Amino acid sequence: MSKPQEAWSSRLGVILAVAGSAVGLGNFLRFPGLAAQYGGGAFMIAYFVSLLVIGIPICWIEWTLGRHGGRYGFHSTSGIFHVLIRKPWAKYLGVIGFVVPVTIYMYYVYVEAWCLGYAMNALTGRLSQEGTNYQEFFGKFTGASSDGVALHFGLNDVGTFLVIVFVMNFYFIYRGISKGIETVCKFAMPALIIIAIIILGRVMTLGTPDPAKPDQSVINGLGFLWNPGDIAQGLRNPQLWLAASGQIFFSLSVGFGVIITYASYLRKKDDIVLSGLTASAANEFCEVGLGGLITVPAAFLFLGAAGTATAVASGSFGLGFNVLPEVFARMPGGHLFASIFFVLLFLAAITSSLSMLQPGIAFLEEGLGIKRKASVALLGLVTAIGTLFVWYFSKDLKALDTIDFWVGTLMLFVQATILIIIFGWVIGVEKGWKIAHEGAEMRIPEFFKFIIKYVTPAFLLIIFVMFTLQSVFGWNLSFANAQFNPTGYVRDLVGDAPNKVARLSMALIVIMTVFAFVLVNIAGKVWARQEIKEREDN
Amino acid sequence: MTTGGWITMILSVGFVTGLLGWCIYRVLRGPKDPGKLAHVEPIEESQADDR
Repeated sequence: MSKPQEAWSSRLGVILAVAGSAVGLGNFLRFPGLAAQYGGGAFMIAYFVSLLVIGIPICWIEWTLGRHGGRYGFHSTSGIFHVLIRKPWAKYLGVIGFVVPVTIYMYYVYVEAWCLGYAMNALTGRLSQEGTNYQEFFGKFTGASSDGVALHFGLNDVGTFLVIVFVMNFYFIYRGISKGIETVCKFAMPALIIIAIIILGRVMTLGTPDPAKPDQSVINGLGFLWNPGDIAQGLRNPQLWLAASGQIFFSLSVGFGVIITYASYLRKKDDIVLSGLTASAANEFCEVGLGGLITVPAAFLFLGAAGTATAVASGSFGLGFNVLPEVFARMPGGHLFASIFFVLLFLAAITSSLSMLQPGIAFLEEGLGIKRKASVALLGLVTAIGTLFVWYFSKDLKALDTIDFWVGTLMLFVQATILIIIFGWVIGVEKGWKIAHEGAEMRIPEFFKFIIKYVTPAFLLIIFVMFTLQSVFGWNLSFANAQFNPTGYVRDLVGDAPNKVARLSMALIVIMTVFAFVLVNIAGKVWARQEIKEREDN
Repeated sequence: MTTGGWITMILSVGFVTGLLGWCIYRVLRGPKDPGKLAHVEPIEESQADDR
């Protein structure tokens, strides 16, 4: 691979880019909801154990494999597996590393457009008008009320914002690693943290907004989230462990194929141990230190305990796009704070969506031997078709939800398991350890060797199996009286009354996966020809 | 908020803030040679398609 190499222009740039990829809507909406739902103390213990056992180790593994593959000129998961394992089948293990980020991008960019659209609607005062029905607004704006209803391009419609964010993403990705992704993250990440601190300051200084309801105070709002219930009983709840480890897993973007690609643009002597830990720490700070103090306490101040419990149970979208606009509308200066809050979500989303495109671009360039312009055009076409599909089939967000479950959740587990097995068992922990510490500015504690080889794969496998049994086969999580009742995700596809959109969404996933297999097959031939040529030249 | 709630919050927020602070301190204290970190990258827009 002798073409000009792209790279990060600074260490801060790569750290902010990886942190930006990890920090997303889940940090501000999903994490506080789960922490409140499972009662502070026990949840946080399971959360930090998961961080130590799966989050940070898999991050280090991805950084290590990525930088090592990058030395040979490969930047995609398939290419990196091909050069590391040197077996004909190895490149196919990286198929998920292409399918996952590209397919997630198709619906993630749509949610990103909601954030920008909500920010504009809040700024113009539409979100704070008296008598606004926020569920109705959400249904019409996102198309959740009916298929095709969101296909409009007015100033307040999601279509306009979707076109803007779609073009923005591809513009920055076309500019490349340093001038595109790094530039955006260097601006967006500090801005995101500053905005979060401003909103945090607003929420913490609200005191008791309604003197007639003295219970609805900031302190009680924090207590709603952080008060520990029965810790011993909580830790015996498998559902809590599943929620905590799942949050760590998805929050740190492990298994996405993003960190491995980003790290491949580093040099052999660039530190990855401290950089990887710093990026993970930045994500945790945004999630626990900022996300954990803003959304749920804010909702509690205006909705009380019962209202907040309902809001939390409505999920991330319910909390973020139905409940919080109403909360901000009741707050002094609310339309301004609502506006910057949705800008915050937009910044968190765009740094993530950009990272989803780079693995696809890298693969198309090195696998098909095409140049930047052609790879951007091809990926733009593929993702535009997928986004149009999600945008049109928007009723109950069925297409989005189906793709998110099968690709954005299940496939991620598979990819992370492949990564950890390659590092711990194919390359070997001792050799992997040596590679990880080339240029390192700190040592990974020795006990992580044992964790990476045995604990992380076992923990990941248990979580994956339990998650599949529960979310696919509808296991009631009881060992004594186990019952199985296939969930809606299965019944939508093969039940008595299948859902047409869910089936079409699955067809899209299958087409994407087959498409990726074909591309990897072509790439394998291209790489084989290159290797023969290099041998002849030498 | 109960005492347990305060302890949970302070430990959780304190841990992630402390970890990030420590990491940033180590990164800033590390070798300062930005030139060494950069690869050769086409700078001109006209070269963008050669990447």
